[in-house]
Amino acid sequence: MTAPMPISLRVNGERVDAHVLPRLNLADFLREHLHLTGTHVGCEHGVCGACTVRVNDEIVRACLMLAVQTDGASVQTIEGLSDSGEVADLQAAFRDRNALQCGYCTPGMLMAAQDLLKQQPEPDRDQIREHLSGNYCRCTGYHAIVDAIESTARSRRERK
Amino acid sequence: MTGRPTDREPLSVLDRPNSYIGKTVPRPNLDRLMQGRGLYVSDMELPRMAHVVFLRSPHAHARITAIEVGAARSLPGVIAVVTGKELAAVMTPWVGVLSHLKGLKSAPQSAIALDRVCWQGEAVAAVVATSRAAAEDAAEHVLVEYQELDAVTDMCTALDPQTPVIHPSLGDNLAFERNHDAGAVDQAFADSDEVVEATFVFGRHTGVTLEPRAVLADWNAAEARLTIYQGTQAPHMVQNIAALHLGLQEQQVRVVCKDVGGSFGIKVHIYADEMATYALSKMLRRPIKFVADRIESFNTDIHARDHRCAGKIGVKRDGTITAFEIDDLTGIGPYSMYPRTSAIEANQVVNLIGGPYATKNYRARARVVFQNKNVMCQYRAVGHPIACSVTEGLVDLAAMRLGIDPVEIRRRNLIADDAYPCASPSGLRFEKLSHHASLDKLLDMMDYEGLRAEQAELRKRKIHRGIGIASFIEVTNPSAAFYGVGGARISSQDGVAVRLDAQGSVICQTSITEQGQGSESLTAQIVGSVLGVSMDRVRVILGDTDNTPYGGGTWASRGAGIGGEAALQATKVLRKNILDVAAAILQSTPAELDIVNNSVVNADDGMPRIELRELARIVYFRPDTLPPGIQPELMATRHFVPREYPFAFTNGVQASWLEVDTETGFVKLLRHWVVEDCGTIINPQLVDEQIRGGVVQGLGAALFEKCIYDERGQLTNANMADYLVPMSGEMPDIDVGHVVSPAAEGELGAKGAGEAGTAGAAAAVTNAVNDALRPFGTIVTEIPLTPQVILTALGRI
Repeated sequence: MTAPMPISLRVNGERVDAHVLPRLNLADFLREHLHLTGTHVGCEHGVCGACTVRVNDEIVRACLMLAVQTDGASVQTIEGLSDSGEVADLQAAFRDRNALQCGYCTPGMLMAAQDLLKQQPEPDRDQIREHLSGNYCRCTGYHAIVDAIESTARSRRERK
Repeated sequence: MTGRPTDREPLSVLDRPNSYIGKTVPRPNLDRLMQGRGLYVSDMELPRMAHVVFLRSPHAHARITAIEVGAARSLPGVIAVVTGKELAAVMTPWVGVLSHLKGLKSAPQSAIALDRVCWQGEAVAAVVATSRAAAEDAAEHVLVEYQELDAVTDMCTALDPQTPVIHPSLGDNLAFERNHDAGAVDQAFADSDEVVEATFVFGRHTGVTLEPRAVLADWNAAEARLTIYQGTQAPHMVQNIAALHLGLQEQQVRVVCKDVGGSFGIKVHIYADEMATYALSKMLRRPIKFVADRIESFNTDIHARDHRCAGKIGVKRDGTITAFEIDDLTGIGPYSMYPRTSAIEANQVVNLIGGPYATKNYRARARVVFQNKNVMCQYRAVGHPIACSVTEGLVDLAAMRLGIDPVEIRRRNLIADDAYPCASPSGLRFEKLSHHASLDKLLDMMDYEGLRAEQAELRKRKIHRGIGIASFIEVTNPSAAFYGVGGARISSQDGVAVRLDAQGSVICQTSITEQGQGSESLTAQIVGSVLGVSMDRVRVILGDTDNTPYGGGTWASRGAGIGGEAALQATKVLRKNILDVAAAILQSTPAELDIVNNSVVNADDGMPRIELRELARIVYFRPDTLPPGIQPELMATRHFVPREYPFAFTNGVQASWLEVDTETGFVKLLRHWVVEDCGTIINPQLVDEQIRGGVVQGLGAALFEKCIYDERGQLTNANMADYLVPMSGEMPDIDVGHVVSPAAEGELGAKGAGEAGTAGAAAAVTNAVNDALRPFGTIVTEIPLTPQVILTALGRI
């Protein structure tokens, strides 16, 4: 164990200054230090995707990144995406399609889905399934999630 | 709205204007979960909260000869290091048996191992510190000396005389045996034209809830009360058991269940580490939090299945099934789980084999043995996937032998839809099932003939696709026959309290729990429909033993059927009470009034008379204006448990369409269909999503999931990268259809739906793989159907 290190970053647009141990991962930093508990921890080794957050516009596994690596970065969590309204239509589609049951995977799932829709506005079902393959859901069987993302993509295209 | 008889209730309390029953409406409060504002136990913090980490045995079976904790105790942040012997002063041990499972035996189990560990992962010491990281650091400094003992790992040899007995006081490694013999089995086989035998092997797998098990226990010494925040399916059961083993009264224990990150039966049991956490809180007089990490989850969350079942079926040349016989063996780990026991799955296999079929000749033996692996217990669809895979596998093998179509053999043998009520040869009583209607609907949905033609065409091009069909029955709405009769304090009844608040909204407290199935939604739908208020005026409170009626919770596909009926009955009483008050206020009679759209209206012409908001204002703030002698009761409570049938059986049928790559052994799922009959459907979307989610858990078992132990009892794939669960890219779209046969008991008519998907998915897939492999003259009867299993069957490796 070494001494805490100073970091300064933006989290959901707000500046955050903290001293953190070098071994602290980003997920624990968000959850335990900033109390942003919407970022969930499912496997702690980068497989399940429940801790997916956005760092400098790229989605990452918060359990595989150290907090000290985010010094100077901009981090967006599900709380930030919700408050800004960026994923409001996606959330509405998830609600209407019951694309969540226990909800534990959902923040990470929404993060991954929004990432896909930003890159690929017209994904087919196979592309949606492929893009979500790093996000485990144990409740829904994925079908409803694919439906919700597909319908969001459609309505975003129609709005344009 | 039309007039209705004035001297009795309408025919159905659900058949009302603006009813939510049978409608897809979004679940309340999903925004909380989608915006990251849920409250899972792993999110919770309390003042003075400390974290516990368990040091766990690296051995499957070993004697603990010494534990040295001094170095760990002196590390920064460490509050306590507690051994099993120290904890035993606070908490008594338990034995997981039920008296109705005759002969079931198990050994006393402690929260933390005392002098011996019996599986890799059993806790040997607890380290409590100000942070989880500090506790984990300190755990590395606890020195434990072990003397390794022979590990019993192979269930097939667990009963051999030369195999060590894990608990010498029990005499042998046999936890439970059940034998059943109905009809004239030997004669039936002798009279059969063909007898087909096969042995079916099921991998040991587990639930992999995305949120690991988590508990926060808060003993308040000044109040002499323990508050347990836990993601559990059965809060009152946890209350009872925590109190029992801590020497407390139940009223001294409150169990609070907020959001739960997946359960599937994993979170309906009493785990040693959770018991230890309650005890540590009492011992250390402060809140203690335990969150399992993923390795701990794999090593200590209950495992399930792991059966080896030899099956035999007799058939006449015309396809008539003459008899079933099975010999089932399962290994459950070193202890029978508490309090539901680890004999239920094998018992269910015996109950359910052959269940959809008319034959009365059935013989079964099931043996449950101890071994030095993690404990096994009830996980979603307990026993059903095994019974369904064996039954439907045998039926398909018999059809193959006779050269008749899998659909045809089912049509000839499924219990006729007009044969009810009737009983199975294992003694199950069926009130009303719909096997034939379900099968017909399934064939229509999937275009069976079209798929057969496509399959034949593709075969010419060496593309090997298969169709698999699996009919099944499912146990739902269990009465006290499941656990209560065996002495377990697990309630089979549920209670609901509804009250009109001072603004005319409804507060509803129910003893069923929510883990994402939609308990909250179905309760609000029923209350809103029966009372005549909009759903947004119904607030549902659940998961708190201080604030809900007493009841069982949500497991065994019981929430809608039992908790829903209680909600219906409570709301009927509230409705009557409201109409009594309204009649007094309006100088009318209750029979002339109704409640629609949050207002009391005339029953005959629907004209609004008084809003519930105004009625509530008068009752709560101006009771002085009511006629003398009127005491309004704007709160009502009702409980419900099925009494006529011990279980409400449902039925269904699944079909899988898949392709086998005979070069690589990979199976690609192309489509999956389910038709099931859960009686009254409260919310079609929620039912369909329960089915789909259940199917995918069954598909995981069929293709991927297996806890792989080595011969020394080491779990070799205890992480999410090596233990494979279904990912979105591998799963097919799943079409769901329904046949509706409402349960006769009660007024709601709902049966369970949560386990139907899991019950038959693996059977449908296995049958489809065998259908695809038919040109190769080989069959597979082992899941998961890994490439290795398939290539071995093809003789390629």
